[in-house]
Amino acid sequence: MTEEVIKLSEADRQFKYELSHMPEIENLMLCMQCGTCTADCPVARFSGTYRPLKILRMVLFGLKSDVLSAGELWLCASCYTCTDRCPRGVRFSSLLRELRNLAVKEGYIPDGFRELASNILETGYAYEISESRMKKRETLGLPPLPKANPKKLARLAEIAGFLKKAKKVDGGK
Amino acid sequence: MEGSKISDSTYLLYLGCLIPYRVPSYEVAARKVLSRLDVELVDMLEFNCCGLPMDPISHEVMMVLAAWNLCLAEREELDILTLCPGCSGTLHKVNTILREEENVREKINNFLKRDGMEYKGNIEVKHLVQVLVEKVGTEKLKEKIVKPHKGLKVVEHYGCHILRPKEYMKFDDSENPTILRQLIESTGATCLDYVNKRECCGYPIMSIDEKIPFQLAGDKLKHMKEVGADALITICPSCYLAFDLNQSRIEKLFGEKFELPVLHYPELLALALGIEPDELALNDHRVRVSKILKNGSGG
Repeated sequence: MTEEVIKLSEADRQFKYELSHMPEIENLMLCMQCGTCTADCPVARFSGTYRPLKILRMVLFGLKSDVLSAGELWLCASCYTCTDRCPRGVRFSSLLRELRNLAVKEGYIPDGFRELASNILETGYAYEISESRMKKRETLGLPPLPKANPKKLARLAEIAGFLKKAKKVDGGK
Repeated sequence: MEGSKISDSTYLLYLGCLIPYRVPSYEVAARKVLSRLDVELVDMLEFNCCGLPMDPISHEVMMVLAAWNLCLAEREELDILTLCPGCSGTLHKVNTILREEENVREKINNFLKRDGMEYKGNIEVKHLVQVLVEKVGTEKLKEKIVKPHKGLKVVEHYGCHILRPKEYMKFDDSENPTILRQLIESTGATCLDYVNKRECCGYPIMSIDEKIPFQLAGDKLKHMKEVGADALITICPSCYLAFDLNQSRIEKLFGEKFELPVLHYPELLALALGIEPDELALNDHRVRVSKILKNGSGG
């Protein structure tokens, strides 16, 4: 992430306004920088770089390209603690989801996330369930799995539009 | 908005993806327990992922996937029963949004229309533990216990999405949840408190940086051992993997042995209901559970 002097002349000052029209993040600009999101974040305890408040500040400054290409975007485990405890109702988890959606449109998506999404759109299941697992179900006395309809799902892939050329992101390690 | 149901105690079982992929032991125990408690399950004919793993990619696609599943349940006129808190949280949240926000419902229905489906909003989504507490009830549960876990000390781990975000997940207090404790204590076991018990296990970011989930889960395992737990009880397939599958690697990272067995809640319950251990898939567990079988189930 950015550590040098921030040049606001190069920032996208409209970014925060655009984001605050997205679902669940209408309170974005009510952030008063109290830092509860970061203090209560379980991932931040063990990550040297993931700080929800830092991402929020980058968004409010308008550092759009820096924030969308940041590997840290992908370190949130979606536990919603920040969202539940924010005294201003900012819903950081939802902001992060929106930033990830925008990052994907820019071509940033980690392999692990892309694999799950591809599996879903191709097979209906997030994981590839092998023949041996299906056999094991039988030995455990479990019924066969319900079928998905990948043809119907293929159209969703178009909406997602995520399969285009992806840039490398590595979680800011 | 209750639809007409086949029976009040019949649910459409929504398995999700992770349970059939890696955690069939949870499904085996849940089916056995529910059948013993006269809760009937109908299996889905058609299925797709709840949408949760798509949310980071496209919020809209997540909404469509979830709505699709809700429509499948509406077609069967059955409420959904989930085993995975991730599926539960996603389907419940989308169900709430589609019911309350007309413009979103219209947009999603426009998509579903092409497949001859329409979201109506007349079914509910319940996690297994909700059904056990709300439908069966802990009193009835206690009456059915034949092998109480006398002297067994366990700790609980929730699974974030069944508690949070609290604006949608209202069935328990997200800061001070009690449902799992009530259910555990109904089996005769003692449920101990430990530091940071509501904290996330970190499993969803395994593919990004596995060291963080190892440290989160390891920190929790330390606290669980400190209070003298004989076992950990989970209700989420991801949390289960974070503590069971990963435990030996966490032990290496921390340089200490935890050897803490991890049981799905329905396994703990099944044993107390008198279901034989060999009817469950206990051999699937990485951390041996034999200690529990010897010490725990009062017989």
